[in-house]
This record gives sequence, C-alpha cells and structure tokens, in this order.
Amino acid sequence: MMRTLLVRGMLAGLAAGLLAAAFAYVVGEPPVGDAIALEESHATASHGDAASHDDTASRGDTAHAESHTHAGSPGHASESGAAPESGGVPESGEDGGHEHGDDALVGRGVQSTIGLATGVTGYAVAVGGLFAIAFAVAQGRVTTLRPRVSAALLAAGGFAVVVLVPFLKYPANPPAVGQAGTIEDRTALYFGFLALSVATAMVAVAAGRAVADRSGAACGGLLGVGGYVTVMTIAAALLPAVDEVPDGFPGSLLWDFRLASLGTQAVLWCALGLGFAVLAEKALGPETAPSPEKAPGQARDGAPKAARQ
Amino acid sequence: MSQPNVVSIPRTGAVPRPDAIRIPLRDIVPWAIFTTLLALLVLFFVSTEAGAVSLVSDGLVHEFVHDGRHLLAFPCH
Repeated sequence: MMRTLLVRGMLAGLAAGLLAAAFAYVVGEPPVGDAIALEESHATASHGDAASHDDTASRGDTAHAESHTHAGSPGHASESGAAPESGGVPESGEDGGHEHGDDALVGRGVQSTIGLATGVTGYAVAVGGLFAIAFAVAQGRVTTLRPRVSAALLAAGGFAVVVLVPFLKYPANPPAVGQAGTIEDRTALYFGFLALSVATAMVAVAAGRAVADRSGAACGGLLGVGGYVTVMTIAAALLPAVDEVPDGFPGSLLWDFRLASLGTQAVLWCALGLGFAVLAEKALGPETAPSPEKAPGQARDGAPKAARQ
Repeated sequence: MSQPNVVSIPRTGAVPRPDAIRIPLRDIVPWAIFTTLLALLVLFFVSTEAGAVSLVSDGLVHEFVHDGRHLLAFPCH
C-alpha cells in the first residue's frame, strides 16, 4: 500500500510539475528575461529597452561577451543585516557568477525551456514523493476524513508551510537581484527558515491533534495554527532580513517576477493536491476498501493500535 | 496489492465516519527513508548545486536548472 501511494504521489507530482512548468514558461519567463537584460546592460536606470521582452531569448545568444559579476556591480545596495562580514567579499575569482550568453555552458533558449521544465518537474516529483509519505503518516492519525479531503487539506497546509511562509520572509529574487558574495548566507537563511517552518508545523499538528482529542477540534485547531503562526512570526522578526535589490531596479518587474514565482508554486501544489486526492481516494477510499475481507489483518494488528489513549 | 497491512481503526469519538484507514508506521518508515534520501538528492541539484555548495564543479547543472531555481524561489546567485 505504501508503495502504491508513493508511486501515485510521484505521478501526481509529475503532472503538477508539467503544469507548473507551463505556467512558469508563460508567466515567469518574461520577467526573468527582462531581469537578465537589465543585468547585462549593467544600467538599471535604462530599463526602457528591457520592457520588450520578446527578443530577450535571441538577444541573449548574440552580443555580450561580457559576463556579469554581481559583486562588482556598483548598483547593488547592501543595507541588509545579513552577514555583513562577507557581504563585500567577492566569491573566489567570481566563479560564483554565471553567464547567460555566448560564453555560457547552457544558452538561454535551453534554460528557459528544457532546463526550466526539468528543474520544476524534478522538484515536483520529489515533493510528490514526500507528500505521499506525509499523507500516509497523517491519514488515520491526524485526520480521519476521506482520503481525498485529507490530501487536499494536506496540500493546502504544505503550500503554506513549505512555500508561502518562507516566501513572506525570504521572497524569490530574479536574476540581477542578489550579491554573489552573500549566496552562502542567503542559502543558509532560506533553508534554515524553511526547516524551522516544517519542524514547527509538525509539532503544531501533533500538539493540535492531542488537544483536539481532549478538548475538541476547535481548541486543537486554534492551538495548532496559532502556535505555528506565533513561532514563525517571532522567528521572522529575529532573523536578519535580506534586501539586495539594486538601486534603480524597477519595482514592477520585481513584483511581476515574485508573483510569477508564487503562482508557479501555487499551480504546482494545487495540481499535486488535487491529483493525489483523486489517486489516493482510488487506493484507500471507502468504495475500494473491502471492510469484511480484512478481518485477519484486523485480528493481528488492529487490537493494540485501536487503543488511542 | 492486497491489503494485509492496512488496518481499519474504528473511532470511538464523536466522528461519525466509522473507519479510517491507517497504514502502520513500520510499513511507512523504510519508504520514508528511501524517499527522503532520493528527494533530497534531487532537490539539492535543483535548488543549491553550484550555488552555495558545489559538488559538480563546472556549473552545468546550475545553468541548466537556472530559471526553475529562480522561479521556485530558491536563492540562486
């Protein structure tokens, strides 16, 4: 049964990844192309020509032998409190930077199509597998709802915990935003905050379930959600901010990119949750569960596990 | 698959639904470890390789998944 759920989770992830990649290509690539054009012009004030993003893919393949280096760019403001000791130190030999043009290992045409689809789909399949594990643990323990309802709720909660809350503190940044010298600190902060969010959510769910058994679902739900929000708010207030948007970077472009990023994740998690809901319902739902036939399993395993307290 | 490992738990509380299928934890754990390791490997290459940490040094993976990494909200560069 676990193997079935796992395979279905990854299948749902694959479908969700393809949908999210399509969304990212249509909605997300224009701002990415604009940001790269800005980055390569090195003149964030003259973003008028970057507004037409139609030709960025072809332009990216033509004329700019100059590779960008974030640390050397004068326009970057570094008023963030994140690791000031390394903020001004460039990566060794600028190897931390990369190129989008002729000298690049991978051209923009590949990056914005196959590369994008591979990255998003790989992420989605991995998340789908982990989602199936989380569902298997939660179903019958945290929730006794129908499998499809549990799956949909789990996807909504997963989106909030894995994507939305980390995004609110450390939002996605387009190319040209972010200094190469701080990538290690930004990565550590992002994944640290993500890990804290997931761990806090797991504790909150367990505590909420325990309280719900004693004092009712309303108390348990309030305690779980309230506890999670409180802990994450305090953590977000204490952790250093990351603000490396260069002077003159157009705010509308930043908004478009971040909205596209959040939308990509929203499409991914919606499709994953709904797709897995259908598949899990088929695997575990009341129509397919032959209740009389599993008497032997119940005689062996059921009795000790049925004792809740 | 047949379902010898699936246990049906009758809830005694106020929940009207009689049965909730529960997969025993000892059936989940091996799959959970396997999946987590595999998923972390994939997620590492999608999210971090050649960013803060680099295992394959030429940056090919980084550039290939570059746009996905940005749009999935990971710190890229």
